[in-house]
Amino acid sequence: MTFLIPVLFIGLVIGTFLLSSIKDGETKVIVVADETNQYFDVLKSTDQYQFIKAQGGFEDFRKNSDETVYATLVISEDLLKNPSAIALYSEKQVTNDLERTISNQLNEFLSNKKIASYEIPELKKIMEESKVSIHLQTKRLSSDGKETESSAAIASIVGMVFTIVIYMFIFIYGAMVMQGVLEEKTNRILEVMVSSVKPFDLMMGKIIGIGLVGLTQFFLWMILIIGFNILGGALLMSSTPGITATAEMTGNPGVMQQTLQILSTINITEIIIGFIIYFIGGFMIYASLFAAIGAMVNSPEDTQQYMTPITFLILFALYAGIYSVENPDGPLAFWASMIPLTSPIVMMTRIPFDVPLWEKLVSIVLLFGTMLLLVKLSAKIYRVGILMYGKKPDLKEIIKWLKYQ
Amino acid sequence: MYFLETKDVVKQYAAHLALDKVSIRVPEGKVFGLLGPNGAGKTTLIRIINRITAPDSGDVTFHGHPLAENDIYNIGYLPEERGLYKKMKVGEQSLYLARLKGLNRDDAKKRLTSWFEKFDIMSWWDKKLEELSKGMQQKVQFVTTVIHDPQLLIFDEPFSGFDPVNTELLKNEILGLKDQGKTIIFSTHNMASVEEICDEIALINRSRVVLNGNVDEIRSNHKTNIFKVQIAGNSPKVNSNTCRIIEEDIKSHTSVLLRLQKNNEMSNSEFLSYLLKDNEILSFQEEIPSMNDVFIKTVSNS
Repeated sequence: MTFLIPVLFIGLVIGTFLLSSIKDGETKVIVVADETNQYFDVLKSTDQYQFIKAQGGFEDFRKNSDETVYATLVISEDLLKNPSAIALYSEKQVTNDLERTISNQLNEFLSNKKIASYEIPELKKIMEESKVSIHLQTKRLSSDGKETESSAAIASIVGMVFTIVIYMFIFIYGAMVMQGVLEEKTNRILEVMVSSVKPFDLMMGKIIGIGLVGLTQFFLWMILIIGFNILGGALLMSSTPGITATAEMTGNPGVMQQTLQILSTINITEIIIGFIIYFIGGFMIYASLFAAIGAMVNSPEDTQQYMTPITFLILFALYAGIYSVENPDGPLAFWASMIPLTSPIVMMTRIPFDVPLWEKLVSIVLLFGTMLLLVKLSAKIYRVGILMYGKKPDLKEIIKWLKYQ
Repeated sequence: MYFLETKDVVKQYAAHLALDKVSIRVPEGKVFGLLGPNGAGKTTLIRIINRITAPDSGDVTFHGHPLAENDIYNIGYLPEERGLYKKMKVGEQSLYLARLKGLNRDDAKKRLTSWFEKFDIMSWWDKKLEELSKGMQQKVQFVTTVIHDPQLLIFDEPFSGFDPVNTELLKNEILGLKDQGKTIIFSTHNMASVEEICDEIALINRSRVVLNGNVDEIRSNHKTNIFKVQIAGNSPKVNSNTCRIIEEDIKSHTSVLLRLQKNNEMSNSEFLSYLLKDNEILSFQEEIPSMNDVFIKTVSNS
């Protein structure tokens, strides 16, 4: 086991990464509405993205949104004159990958074009100068045709933060349940307790109590963060002239202002509700497993053997979540957000990228169904385990415990 | 009237039969000793009475009705392996445990205060349990066991970990509870305390009841016909037809102390009259076996 763990760990990290890079099979169709008629030919379709030329103006697409179209790319002016005159519209949050594909292709083309336009021998200097970067704006398009500015980068960051937070909460508070059970067992207070209350009530009391501590802490964090935001907003307002001046100097809109604006497009209510639902489900699953482990063993040293598989599972979920940021609709992200043991963590990555309602519902139903089953099984192990001292039970024995009436 | 009865209780653990048709009868208002070597099944039986585990088959009758869930509020249990929450304050913890046993907050507080004052431990109320010595912790645990004034008390090795002063205090408390009419099940290895405290016993060995009944009756049933006889002078005349000399201890020129085993058929008075014919008897006493002897003999024979 000592030698196996590093190998398994590396396998976990690399394997999850490889899994995440499997693209989802279907090709995404991107309609290009190029009003300058210069750039469509530049965009080369890949396995993943197919670029097709827009028939008619962009306004038509906006009104008659087509299910098969993933995104619409609108180029309104010569990009050499105005690098910001390009935008990507989609009903969903577009992936980083698509943003990169478009930017890279256009940047290369534009650079070459600019170099060609100089016709000057001082090529090296010109090369330096000619580095142009387009500023691709992504905009979310709601079904009523309203557009809002959004950012894959910010959705990624928000998703990542919540993924790590839910991972930490489930792991830390789950482990706290295990410690509590183990402490009661080694203290020998369990025998007194179960002569007054049912083992199931005792276990659920411990799990729910600690879960509420976790939620309380989450809400405290939220209040702090929202408080800082309001405070930050107020500070921003009071110092607006300065920022506008800077913005004018750099030719960019105020970065801070823009970030705040984009942050507000992410549906924070949905994320928080999602967090609470997935925390409850995920915490109950892992906490009941941890409670069963605490009941099986006699000392903290013994927990290692049973903890390892669960730690791997939860770490897999974390890595799957982190890598899914790049490809939130890929097969790894999809399946990991359906499987109940990983879904609480991975789904938090996906929610800022807009997950279809049915996927959320299926995932939640699976999560809570599994939760009920695991709580029941854990309670059986717990009931027998808390009164057993002496040697650690092996798998055969645990199966026997599950069969006790 | 029996306060608690078990009838043919069977409990099987994996490959091990922990209780094999165990039937005991605990009379109301008495101290009932539950004896047996380690691993005999005492703790399993106690757990069944406490409804911590359920028997595979057999019945448990509590005060005339089948043992039910609410009966646990009428049982106080002090397990052999003591334990309380180490980080919790003594008073807070005792209140919590008392309320788990169905007391309301005010009642619990009132009763705790009177018990704590009785044991002179009121000053511990706001201390954490881990600040107390082991003996002090045991006192707290004893209070939490009796706080809800249960009709049935189960003490598993109550004296382990107590110094002689506190053992005496605890013994008097237990006898005091008996005087109040409580029924007490008392499990121990300390046979001297069984003779002192118990009225009836059941001895469990290898998952079965091998001996039960009234302590005095059991002891006299296990008599081995051995007598301690002190005879004047140093040349006792003992007829080998009537008895056998086990030990002879010449105390001084004036008397000798004999341990004699009489023949089975003879009554005590016949035996005495035989001895009286030839000797000047200073004292004559039948040896009643201690519970310790009965225990060892029964366990090693069964």
